Amino acid sequence: MDVRLRVWRQPKGDVTGEFIDYEANDVSPEASFFEMLDQVNEALNHAGEDPIAFDSDCREGICGACGLMINGSPHGPQQGTATCQVHMRKFTDGQLITIEPWRAAAFPVIKDLVVDRSIFDEIIESGGFISANIGSAPDANAVPVPHTAAESAMDAAACIGCGACVAACPNSAANLFTAAKITHLNLLPQGQPERYLRTVAMVETMEEYFGSCTNFGECETACPKNISIDVIAWMNRDFVAAQWKNLLKAGQA
Amino acid sequence: MPTTNKRAEVNRRSGWGEWLGPFFTSDLGLKWLMALTGIGLLGFVLVHMVGNLKVFFGAEEINLYAESLRELLYPLVPKQSVLWMFRIGLAAMFVFHIWAAWVLTNRSHKARGDIKYQAKRRYDAVNYASRTMRWGGVIILLFLIFHLADLTFGYANPEFVPGDVYNNMITSFERTPVAVIYIVAQVVLALHIYHGAWSMFQSLGLANPRFNDWRRWFAVAFAVVILVGSTSMVLAVQVGYLTL
Repeated sequence: MDVRLRVWRQPKGDVTGEFIDYEANDVSPEASFFEMLDQVNEALNHAGEDPIAFDSDCREGICGACGLMINGSPHGPQQGTATCQVHMRKFTDGQLITIEPWRAAAFPVIKDLVVDRSIFDEIIESGGFISANIGSAPDANAVPVPHTAAESAMDAAACIGCGACVAACPNSAANLFTAAKITHLNLLPQGQPERYLRTVAMVETMEEYFGSCTNFGECETACPKNISIDVIAWMNRDFVAAQWKNLLKAGQA
Repeated sequence: MPTTNKRAEVNRRSGWGEWLGPFFTSDLGLKWLMALTGIGLLGFVLVHMVGNLKVFFGAEEINLYAESLRELLYPLVPKQSVLWMFRIGLAAMFVFHIWAAWVLTNRSHKARGDIKYQAKRRYDAVNYASRTMRWGGVIILLFLIFHLADLTFGYANPEFVPGDVYNNMITSFERTPVAVIYIVAQVVLALHIYHGAWSMFQSLGLANPRFNDWRRWFAVAFAVVILVGSTSMVLAVQVGYLTL
């Protein structure tokens, strides 16, 4: 199959970018989206031109490095899938595919389709540590965890930090990412000692850079891991509770 | 990899909400404030509608109801004192609701950045109601000003008689352009409620997979009740069911 591409090209961060059209011919419908881009880049290399820069690492949907806005959809047309696992059979022959980087003030473009998402690391970092025993591994069931809590925490922990929630959000809010990271610790007994300090610290860091959630729910449908916006509600609840809990300076939780 | 395009720290909190406590400078705190004031305003809209549906029972009933508002808890407290407490509380809820929306909208616009997506966005969850919350809110505010001028102060109604609620409603709703304004405003309000009455559960942290469907049904039911109840009075006058 043949497709036409309209790709955002920007040599580096502080230079104005523009859209440039390319053609990808004889692409196998079974090729992944990145294999198609690799094919285009190979041709560009042969012609002595600068290949299109894009992030990708594991190419199996678990690392969170990749993320492209494809025809106005974060991670492309298939829900619950990262860009690397979208295949060309999801597109039609001769289709025009517009490829853009994530757009948000907090995600400056480094080059072409690569954006700097290190602000996510800053949010994680502000969350600090959890108190856990070190030394030999504890017995498997020494700390009882309710099954439902384990499941919900696991669902939240599926977040790969790709930034699609921010890219999808008309407000550029990072609530789904931050809430997923907060929730997967706050639901588990191991996360309890620092629960409310962590919630406030991570929310405050998030709010310095990102917009405010208006509960559009667009992040949920963009998320390659299908993380529910329930986690945002749980973050809101813990943030309000934290206002009282953190007042108790003697340390009662 | 050198890049001078540093991330902008867009949302350093302004001190506007500081006097309410640091909680109200945070986005989540302001959303919480919006949800709580939203609940208060929903309650007002519902009670206001139920009270005014008395218009279907005739002039005597609704005028008595209007008079009774002035005498709430009388003779325990002076006449109109409870009514003024409600008015002040209501005005405060409007102010906080709108102020929070203003602050949050500005923060979100800054966070969006300068460059927009070129391709048409494919939205999977955004709907008409949620997309029009901000401008819908502005329309509701403009309608509120008109509504006060029309039925509270009487500036917009030449046949206004202070205290004769029945007469004022009929003479106002008889004018077709005014009836259209009322009906359009109720549709906008219903859309605002459709998203707001669902969204407030999220903002307050009330989510549970077992009950999440009920939140949507609650919002739909509330919006429909307000839309049907409020427009029924206007339509009843327009079709001639209610006359002087």
